[in-house]
Amino acid sequence: MLTQLTHDIATPLSRRRWLAATAGLVLGLASFTSAKAADDTIKVGVLHSLSGTMAISETTLKDTVLFMIDEQNKKGGVLGKKLEAVVVDPASNWPLFAEKARELITKDKVSVVFGCWTSVSRKSVLPVFKELNSILFYPVQYEGEESERNVFYTGAAPNQQAIPAVDYLMKEEKVKRWVLAGTDYVYPRTTNKILEAYLKSKGVAQDDIMINYTPFGHSDWQTIVADIKKFGSAGKKTAVVSTINGDANVPFYKELGNQGIKATDIPVVAFSVGEEELAGIDTKPLLGHLAAWNYFESIKTPANEKFIKDWQAYTKNPKRTTNDPMEATYIGFNMWVKAVEKAKSVDADKVIDALPGTKTPNLTGGVSELLPNHHITKPVFIGEIKGNGQFDVVWKTPGLVAGDAWSKELPDSKDLIGDWVGKKCGNYNTKTNKCGGQGS
Amino acid sequence: MRALPFAVLLILATVLPALAGPFEDAVGKFANDEFSDTEEAVDTLATSANPLAFTIVSALQDGRLMADADSKKIYVTQTDGKIIDALTGAAVASLPDSAAAVRLNNKLRRHVEAALGSLTLQSPDPAKRVQAAQSVFKTHDETMLPAIDSALQKETSKSAKLAFTEARAAILLFKQDATDAEKLEAIATIKARGDQEALALLTGLTGDQPPAIAKAAAGATAAIQSNLALWSNVQNAWYGLSLGSVLLLAAIGLAITFGVMGVINMAHGEMVMIGAYVTFVVQQTIRSNFPGLFDYALIIAVPSAFIVAGAIGILIERSIIRFLYGRPLETLLATWGLSLVLQQAVRTMFGPTNQEVANPSWMSGAFEIGQITITYNRLWILCFTLAVFAILLAMLRYTSLGLEMRAVTQNRRMAASMGIATSRVDALTFGLGSGIAGIAGVALSQIDNVSPNLGQSYIIDSFMVVVFGGVGNLWGTLVGAFTLGIANKFLEPVAGAVLGKIAILVLIILFIQKRPRGLFALKGRAVEA
Repeated sequence: MLTQLTHDIATPLSRRRWLAATAGLVLGLASFTSAKAADDTIKVGVLHSLSGTMAISETTLKDTVLFMIDEQNKKGGVLGKKLEAVVVDPASNWPLFAEKARELITKDKVSVVFGCWTSVSRKSVLPVFKELNSILFYPVQYEGEESERNVFYTGAAPNQQAIPAVDYLMKEEKVKRWVLAGTDYVYPRTTNKILEAYLKSKGVAQDDIMINYTPFGHSDWQTIVADIKKFGSAGKKTAVVSTINGDANVPFYKELGNQGIKATDIPVVAFSVGEEELAGIDTKPLLGHLAAWNYFESIKTPANEKFIKDWQAYTKNPKRTTNDPMEATYIGFNMWVKAVEKAKSVDADKVIDALPGTKTPNLTGGVSELLPNHHITKPVFIGEIKGNGQFDVVWKTPGLVAGDAWSKELPDSKDLIGDWVGKKCGNYNTKTNKCGGQGS
Repeated sequence: MRALPFAVLLILATVLPALAGPFEDAVGKFANDEFSDTEEAVDTLATSANPLAFTIVSALQDGRLMADADSKKIYVTQTDGKIIDALTGAAVASLPDSAAAVRLNNKLRRHVEAALGSLTLQSPDPAKRVQAAQSVFKTHDETMLPAIDSALQKETSKSAKLAFTEARAAILLFKQDATDAEKLEAIATIKARGDQEALALLTGLTGDQPPAIAKAAAGATAAIQSNLALWSNVQNAWYGLSLGSVLLLAAIGLAITFGVMGVINMAHGEMVMIGAYVTFVVQQTIRSNFPGLFDYALIIAVPSAFIVAGAIGILIERSIIRFLYGRPLETLLATWGLSLVLQQAVRTMFGPTNQEVANPSWMSGAFEIGQITITYNRLWILCFTLAVFAILLAMLRYTSLGLEMRAVTQNRRMAASMGIATSRVDALTFGLGSGIAGIAGVALSQIDNVSPNLGQSYIIDSFMVVVFGGVGNLWGTLVGAFTLGIANKFLEPVAGAVLGKIAILVLIILFIQKRPRGLFALKGRAVEA
């Protein structure tokens, strides 16, 4: 078969030379893999896009996992073995995520995978992780309504980001009218559904809520910004809750600044704008606009200062920023290390059982715990954009907030809980006391 | 236990003489780093007659007010970089290391704006007085009425007088003990202003008003609303022109490479992206080497982007495309692959994150005509696009290269037999198209992300414009771009951004069914060639 193929392709080369080269390559590969297998290492898969549209956000997370592995190996690795990263590039292509996940688990035999950013990529790899019984750590804020045995969600669920942000605007800024603006895909749509239900439960009238969706990478915001301005001039304090996805944010904020909408008039609170996204804009016109996250680079704690210093030393870039999904990766990684040490094994079943209840310090001075629903406890911060592209924390929740896998605001999911310790079920219905219900 | 209050008293007794008076007291509060204390301090400063109050509050707004947590001293960094003591105004050599800018939140910023408004009512600059009156109009704080009245009497500038009258009307409208006649007059003044802020003020009026006033307010609201609805059509038209200019700019290079030469150039978007990155590099170089020229960085970037993108275009034509003439499918695949290669190359060189391209001062902000806001960056891009279009048209019409280009595209063999080096003309034409795409990148860097994906978001739109306008016809591209832009902007408020875009695509499909060669189809034998 191979010779047949080479015969077809290799007309310019002499056939013998081609064969020799192939043979050499195959031999080289074989010796390479056997040398690796002989090493006594634990393999860690990294499944983040390094090319395509999502590379802008995900490349940083790949570097973070490599950085964490490097730090852990300096401390002697895990269970006396060194960690070894296996990096693949799913290229912002959702089906390719599933293919690459399968490759990581079956071919590279990784013990755990850190990866995915968009919800659609997570949904695409889910069946693979279930089928092959492996572990995925997912480090990005998402829409909730999910709890899977093989996945650990270290980013924020809606009740750890969106709801506290709305509470802040209601209490501190006395906002009465709401614009829910988002990019047209599953995370903004679900988040806005939850927020709409929540606002109505707080007595906000339908007329005082404006919902707006835009395509991915939308760059002409003139009409929408003018609409927001018009909506905001009804005599009631108005705010924009933005679930606009990364790339479309720069033109959105530029248009806001140019049309003279200041944070003192209509504040915008964003759930997808962090230090990394602001690196592409001049933030002076954005002074005072808000973001809700579980971590900000500007938070002063010894753990955070050390993390930033080590990170900048590792990347050899004294200006490299840190952000919330990086902290989620940091927490997830440390939790995995602890659970492996507790289970004394990297066997997926043992680690999955050992993970709930694991506690590790986060970077903002608290201790996060992994809950039975595979989400974690996190503090929520509201930050205002400063002139230098950083955030100034203006409000935070009194303690850590436990992540809800299923939103309490939506009628379909309010009775559901995820409990992988007692009930061994991701969507346990507390009304009917049965496993299974809406959702997965 | 008993010693504690005594100790506090003792400390107070030693500190107080230094902090006599409300002004000193207020300034001292800035050092506490508590939002509530800062708020009190700002409100006190707003009513104090101290000449330093304005300096302090405006410094606070710009983040130039520094508090030293250790010594509880407050400093102001002047706009020229000099440092003064906020209490005395005396010059200070340097800031202590422990000094940090006093923090603000949105609530405080509103207080600061109101305070600056009341502090600048008497400013010698009429523009500042107008601004001050505007901020009073927004807050309509009753306590400002005497200040506004006295300012109104002294006022000589016409625009400031109007602004003060409006501010006065806003206060009277919300004043509990104002007479009905005063309130009716106030409503008339606000109605005459007629913008969205006036509307906000009127709709914010509570329901428990006497019937005559409630009726007048409702009438004024309706009048303003219908007026604004009229203006919103003008606004949509402007937005349409502006979107059209962006489409035209992105498509105009493609109108050469695809329209005139017939190369299905999927790497067109990447030429735009390269132009944007050239802008970034030029701006970075100027920022670090010649900061004085910063505002002209864009003007310098235009020829640089043209040369870089044009050179890359010629390279591509010579190395890839010339072997593929007459094979559209292969060209499509090759240029598509090339676009991925270029994207990844830029990603490797500059990193996957967005690069910051700053707007020069003459492209920031907006001005108002009637009730619509026109942003400077969009206006400049419209002018720039039309200029590029005119120059390109003139070039094709009046230069010998333009003549050769037209000759080659119309009848290659006859042009060759007339002694035109056709392959050289091919390379130059492709280079011209690419160079113009690079110029488009300079302008687009001002309104969009400078990231490796920049080009991808424009490639579909560009093909749409060229095909819709009629392949091979520059005027068709112009008309096509503006038609699509305006149609899109009139659909968007009705259908939403997502549906609006789909509707446009459906309309184009239908149109192409009817007229496969676009709006302005080429006629004659050139078409069959």
